[in-house]
Amino acid sequence: MESKFYEEDKLLVLKITEEIDDHKVQEIRRKADYEMERYMPRKVIFDFDSVTFMDSAGIGLIIGRYKFANMIGAKLELKNLGQSIKRIFEMSGVLKLVGVFGDSP
Amino acid sequence: MKEEFKNEMKLEFISKSANEAFARITVAAFASQLDPSLEELADIKTAVSEAVTNCIVHGYDKSQGIVKIVAKLKENEIFIEISDKGKGIENVDAAKEPLYTTKPNLERSGMGFTIMESFMDKLEVQSIVGLGTKVTMSKKIKPKQDTEDDFEMTATTVTNS
Repeated sequence: MESKFYEEDKLLVLKITEEIDDHKVQEIRRKADYEMERYMPRKVIFDFDSVTFMDSAGIGLIIGRYKFANMIGAKLELKNLGQSIKRIFEMSGVLKLVGVFGDSP
Repeated sequence: MKEEFKNEMKLEFISKSANEAFARITVAAFASQLDPSLEELADIKTAVSEAVTNCIVHGYDKSQGIVKIVAKLKENEIFIEISDKGKGIENVDAAKEPLYTTKPNLERSGMGFTIMESFMDKLEVQSIVGLGTKVTMSKKIKPKQDTEDDFEMTATTVTNS
């Protein structure tokens, strides 16, 4: 995962570069929470552009980060969702909680 | 009566989560013989990943065991059986309900079976408490250039008449 913090906007961009499954998700979760706690952003964007695979582990990941973001008063957005990933999030109702922009075709 | 299958493979591995990627990629490589679209391949990978994760996380939980996959190709259809000899599921109907999970504290969404069901054409779950669980699923791969072929045939007919 690559992280970038924009001080002036208090914006934290977390670009996930791993495949998201039960095996990898713990590490992604740990890193994301660490970065969010470190910067205390007002907005967190998860960028899925480099995610080549995601199963239902991604649902728990985003719902968990949504709760964490709420706790520290940050908004959560998802960016560059591919078709399969979007379908999985739609199925679970996650997209009703978080904003999405920059859809991949 | 034994059914004839065009091709078949078996895969067995230890219930380590690092093998989830190995399992889905292997089944996808096998399925590619049916010339699936990228989306169909992604569907198969996701369904396999869900089933294998269930074997590892729920079937064997903290113990270790063998996860077995049998995949068969017949005409334009793939049949996948994923099984464990783990603790089994007490109530299969409840487990298949969306958002049902026995491990909510670990951020598990309870969407595994729902995803398998919607990404594959058929899903069957057999489970005996104390003996294990077997998930059987299948998916038809849509033929690719159907419309183009029709077009060609029509064109030929016109020329001949």
